[in-house]
Amino acid sequence: MIWLVSVIVILMLGSALAVLLLKNPIGAVAAASVVSLALSVLFVILRAPDVAMTEAAVGGGLGSLILALSLRRLGLWHVEGEDRKRLTRKETRDA
Amino acid sequence: MRNLASLLFAGGLAFLLMAVAAQLPFGHPPVLAGGEILAQAPQQVGAANIVTAVVLGYRGLDTLGEISILFAAATGIGLVLGRRRANAPRDPDAGTILRTGAALMFPLLLLVGFHIILHGHLTPGGGFQGGVILAAAFFLPLLARPGTPVNHPGLSLIEGVSGAIFILIGLIALFQGGEFLQPLLGTGTFGSLLSAGTLPILYLALGLKVGAELAGLLSRLADAEAN
Repeated sequence: MIWLVSVIVILMLGSALAVLLLKNPIGAVAAASVVSLALSVLFVILRAPDVAMTEAAVGGGLGSLILALSLRRLGLWHVEGEDRKRLTRKETRDA
Repeated sequence: MRNLASLLFAGGLAFLLMAVAAQLPFGHPPVLAGGEILAQAPQQVGAANIVTAVVLGYRGLDTLGEISILFAAATGIGLVLGRRRANAPRDPDAGTILRTGAALMFPLLLLVGFHIILHGHLTPGGGFQGGVILAAAFFLPLLARPGTPVNHPGLSLIEGVSGAIFILIGLIALFQGGEFLQPLLGTGTFGSLLSAGTLPILYLALGLKVGAELAGLLSRLADAEAN
């Protein structure tokens, strides 16, 4: 049990560090949601299933979604490659 | 001048915190209600999930405060980020996998969300968790097809009515001579779906309110133009 908890805690610490160190904002948001997901597993191990569900739904799902949508609103969501071409083609067609 | 003001503010805050800390009896747990609640809740409230008995029964007022805070936060985010120019371009529809997946997941998410809300007094889960899942269910089609129209007046109506029902049930309990949000309608059979008095109704109202609020917030955020 202690090994499982240690692995989860190390995973959380690593993801939290990744949030700080990652240059790509989308990657940082994904790492932040990993912290929440690992924390929800920890809550299950600590026999708090109610809190675990809330953490997974609100912290892992909704919080990351709101952060990602805010990034998009602020123009920090860089679309690359094939999607970029599709988007620009659509915009020129609309205009 | 500004530095001085900041220093004054920080010093004042530290003084207030220390004044509070000086009053706290360290080493003596101030709240001994946990054991009492564990012993009494099954007979008193009738909810198989003790957490729900605490969240809606013993600490119902705190839950009302929580949904008020959520409402204020959602209003703030919608106000700051949810604007949109009339001629702003929209993202194109998502790929086949996301569109088919969204159509496939929608009824399942709806089912899981309502199941978690309605069984909140029996098993882990409840209005908040189920409400977030409902919001995700209604946001998924929007992710697949960004131009999908959203019925915002309908969402506001659901949110307002369910919030009013929550407060109304609390006031009815108050006028019947009990405390605000005290569970009514008897305890019922312990462990059955129709038990724990008004707690399932309160959780349903809470779930619908949270779901409608978050669905509206997410759709407004997604509908805002990308800079």
